[in-house]
Amino acid sequence: MAVLLSLVVQAGQMALVLLLAPLLTGLVRRVKARLLRRRGPPLLQPYRDLWRLLCKEVVLAENASWLFRATPYLIFAATWVAAALVPTFGRGLMFSWSADLIAIIALLASARFFLALAGMDIGTSFGGIGASREVMIASFAEPAMLLIMFSLALIAGSTQLSTVATYMASAEVGLRVSLGLALVGLAIVALAENGRIPVDNPATHLELTMVHEAMVLEYSGRHLALIEFTSALKLLLYVSLIACVFLPWDLAPPGAGPAAWAIGILAYLLKLGACACLLALFETAIAKMRVFRVPEFLGAALMLGLLGTLLLFVSRSL
Amino acid sequence: MPHGLAFDIAHLLAGGLVLMSFLLLYQVRLYAMLNIFALHALVLALSVAWQALVQGAPHLYITALIALVFKAITIPVALHRIIQRLGIHREIETVVGIGPTMLVGMGLVALAMVVMLPVTANADALAREDLAFALSVVLLGLLVMVTRRNAVSQVVGFMSLENGLVLAATGAKGMPLVVEISVAFSILIAFIVIGIFLFRIRERFDTVDLQALDRFRGERR
Amino acid sequence: MALAAVLATMLGQLAVALLAIGLAGRGAWAGSVLYAASAAAGAIATLAALASLLAAPAPPETLILPFGLPWLGAHLRLDALAAFFLAVVNFGGAIAALYGIGYGAHEPSPRRVLPFFAAFLAAMNLVVLADDAFTFLLAWECMSLLSWALVMAHHHSAANRAAGHVYLTMAGFGTLALLLAFGLLAGPAGDYGFAAIRSAPLTPWLGGGALLLAVLGTGSKAGLVPLHVWLPLAHPAAPSHVSALMSGVMTKVALYGLIRILFDLLGPPPGWASMVLLAAGGATAVLGVLQALMQSELKRLLAYSTIENIGVICVGLGLAIAFQANGMTAASALAMTAALCHIANHALFKSLLFLGAGAVLTATGERDLERLGGLIHRMPQTSFLFLIGAVAIAALPPLNGFVSEWLTFQAVLLSPVLPHWGLKIMVPAVGGLLALATALAAACFVKAFGIAFLGRARSAAAATAQEVEPTRLVAMALLALACLLIGLLPGYVIDGLAPVTRDLLGAVMPAQPAAPWQPIVPVVASRSSYSGLLVFLFIGVSASLAALVIHRVASHAVRRAPAWDCGYPEPSPLAQYSAGSFAQPLRRVFGTSIFRAREQVTMPLPGDLRPARFALQMRDLVWEGLYLPLAAAIGYAAERLNALQFLTIRRYLGMVFLALVTLLLVLALWPSF
Repeated sequence: MAVLLSLVVQAGQMALVLLLAPLLTGLVRRVKARLLRRRGPPLLQPYRDLWRLLCKEVVLAENASWLFRATPYLIFAATWVAAALVPTFGRGLMFSWSADLIAIIALLASARFFLALAGMDIGTSFGGIGASREVMIASFAEPAMLLIMFSLALIAGSTQLSTVATYMASAEVGLRVSLGLALVGLAIVALAENGRIPVDNPATHLELTMVHEAMVLEYSGRHLALIEFTSALKLLLYVSLIACVFLPWDLAPPGAGPAAWAIGILAYLLKLGACACLLALFETAIAKMRVFRVPEFLGAALMLGLLGTLLLFVSRSL
Repeated sequence: MPHGLAFDIAHLLAGGLVLMSFLLLYQVRLYAMLNIFALHALVLALSVAWQALVQGAPHLYITALIALVFKAITIPVALHRIIQRLGIHREIETVVGIGPTMLVGMGLVALAMVVMLPVTANADALAREDLAFALSVVLLGLLVMVTRRNAVSQVVGFMSLENGLVLAATGAKGMPLVVEISVAFSILIAFIVIGIFLFRIRERFDTVDLQALDRFRGERR
Repeated sequence: MALAAVLATMLGQLAVALLAIGLAGRGAWAGSVLYAASAAAGAIATLAALASLLAAPAPPETLILPFGLPWLGAHLRLDALAAFFLAVVNFGGAIAALYGIGYGAHEPSPRRVLPFFAAFLAAMNLVVLADDAFTFLLAWECMSLLSWALVMAHHHSAANRAAGHVYLTMAGFGTLALLLAFGLLAGPAGDYGFAAIRSAPLTPWLGGGALLLAVLGTGSKAGLVPLHVWLPLAHPAAPSHVSALMSGVMTKVALYGLIRILFDLLGPPPGWASMVLLAAGGATAVLGVLQALMQSELKRLLAYSTIENIGVICVGLGLAIAFQANGMTAASALAMTAALCHIANHALFKSLLFLGAGAVLTATGERDLERLGGLIHRMPQTSFLFLIGAVAIAALPPLNGFVSEWLTFQAVLLSPVLPHWGLKIMVPAVGGLLALATALAAACFVKAFGIAFLGRARSAAAATAQEVEPTRLVAMALLALACLLIGLLPGYVIDGLAPVTRDLLGAVMPAQPAAPWQPIVPVVASRSSYSGLLVFLFIGVSASLAALVIHRVASHAVRRAPAWDCGYPEPSPLAQYSAGSFAQPLRRVFGTSIFRAREQVTMPLPGDLRPARFALQMRDLVWEGLYLPLAAAIGYAAERLNALQFLTIRRYLGMVFLALVTLLLVLALWPSF
């Protein structure tokens, strides 16, 4: 019975991230538009876009291989699984022990690996440019992420997100420079990984400035719908990650009742909303960088992660 | 006040100072560098004030005030004017790229810790981390001076180095005020001298790039 | 029992080698039969070694054969460490031989490959089994020379001859260093049996010297930076199944030597050794993968990536030493398990990738990535198997490469409890290097797979390639299966490695849960856990669910059309991204400082019809900064010494006399004699 219940909660989390992901994207777009004094698309527009894409036929390039057709499903599944493993409204979900933070990062890396390959499958120059720039960005973002994770893991004594969240909500944490550095670093990595301004522009279709869009240029119909959905899920995942580590309040403990879950979900929604507003504000305030400034930007995140780890050694408990 | 919180805040401020030093290294524009330097001094002032509160040493408040008034306000504003009058708000030419500089900086911080922490193993935790951070800030200040060609940014590096010294002085309990004030004034005088020199260099060579001086002395080619 | 079985298979390999001298070249059947025999011998030896490893608490088997030095004989010993390495060596060997059945038919001069191939396998077995320094060095030298002969199999190309020259020099250097190391280990008593070496403690200075020499000797064989220069030249020069053996297996035998000397013969290694290994490992990992990224030749790229993986393994070994020197044996067992696991994993996926590269080579005749492309349509099975290898080596879940990287990271995360300040700060930095290397490896294999197998064919040979023979596909599929199984069920591997760490370190990792779906736990469950099987099932179920739902609700229509490419599709396949252009962003970021990469674009003036020119210049600073000066110095010294060839007899006699007197003087003045 208890197993069944925890299975249901886990399934609930998976459904929740799936439901909320397009909403978060819609919210960011909306707030951004309002900040620019535009009216902006309705909040539910991403859902409509997805539906419309699903209903369209797929136009496949003549020399597309099976890899090209399988990739959308693969990356969607990998990102969905990763998103399901990040605590959103409750800690200690059933499957959270099957992968820790390193594995979650690696799952996202798998998704990117296949997407980059799919970008090169047709043999167009845009696909190549997108893939090559994506792996360049990733090869800085990933180590930065891992170093940030190191300092988190050293503070919390674990790479298991549930344990980290529990520790961060407890009073032992105290004020630490390293946490601040990790937060800034994580925010930078999240911006880069999700192709947000200043690294990439999710709204652009100007060929020479785009990275992510160039990779998926040949996709259409249901495949494109899945890829768009995956991007939304990834944004949600990073926001949930930041929320669960740095805003760990009101997470339902394992085995809690419906009341705790309801509070957890409400708190989660609030956290999402706050993060979306901050993201929109940041994106409005800053300009996009040249591609070759990006390594410096991400290098700063890498340095922050390393510095955070170093500074830990002079703090109280280590 | 619980000891944990006192330590945490001191740690936060001193670590913030190291971070500011890194930001100085990361900046390539002169105005941005000055703003960061003002922030650097502000964090220093906060840190010193916090030490004054924790240690119950009122004379440290004066040090904090000096840091705030001179270093966070007067000197940046003055340097700002100088830059304006010299018309050199372009990018700083760094000797090496930002990435390698940051890496070297990271190595210096690690070095400072490896040197300081075992040596001060028996000291008070507060003094201990203050000293480790202070040495890092001093080394990073030196690094800024070494990696920048522009005279103004070298001045900024020098001042940030001095901030590190002040941090070390406040961390060690019982440092007399006279020493600090004399340090502060000597810095001020150094600043004035350097300021005058800047104009002299500019008048004579039409640039504040220090390579011009090297060339004049015949050290280059 | 197992020892006898392995010895029998070694004799079998030697018999194959002898027969091959006579039979190879008589026809395709002879080669096939001999390769099959070699594969069978390898398979039997693998099973025997695995049985010995799993029957672990049994005391090691020993045997003394009456050859070698007259007063010593050849000591052989099969303990858990040797059993593990025997399994790796023989599995890799068996698969390479199986692959050779198909590949050998494309070999222009089988006589130059087959005899050496089988003997090479036997020599590697002997290195692992040796229990005295003489047998060890003899087998080591045989291994070097036989692999040199295999590198020189295609000696008509000048590049291969140059590779053979560099390889022979470096192998000689490595053996010399090992010889000196064993000299120090054996001590003044000069007992070269490993049992005697184990029981005789060394002074810190002598031990340190032996350790450094051992790192130099084995590191030059394994490809530690800066001793790696021969590896990317020699490994690709050999026939592909031999490349797989050299990269996947021989480097592991070198690491076996390192582990044997450091953890077994030397006694407890000193703490500073961990810093040496950590620094060398971190530098090797990053430099290796950066070099791999810059290559445009598939086999060379794979060889450089081998260097990277050796670096990762060395980091694991360095961590094991660091923990052990500070008395944290459980953590040390974790680091050691991570290193051993990566040794097995790298042997599997690197062999797979080299065999895949061999398939591409025989199907198209092209080594250069810039002339491949679109092979996924022509060679679907090969490309699928190569993709599995690429995912595994890029350390992506749920395959095996991720498991060992994950374990290594877990060991890195235990470092703050180390008491030594330098190590405390160094280990996270090395962890950062490792993370960088991992991310770059993923980029590197996106490039390797994407350029060679995806896109459109860049040459006629690639456009008309044919899928390879079933035996070769089976060989690759077995490796891919092993990669998948280890990735899904890592708990069994960790448990299987427990006897090895118990022997070496006196500690084991916590026993892993017996049920395959339960996550592996390196320290405690609340700290970290990972279940490859669950992740795999999770992804599978989610992907099928997504596919199911989408096929229920969404439009099924598919229309094939020309590529869109923003409206400007370029018909020539040469307009695709090439290997060089793919690496360009990373080359700009890292290459300008590390390789002194300089790009030069010459644009014609408007109205001028000349094509634009792009020139790229890169330099290998290790080669130019270390090896060329060294070679110049040796050349200079040789020039000076040349004068000694033309002396009168009286002067020669005088020199002999002088040498004698000097030796006597040393003897007279030597304090301890």
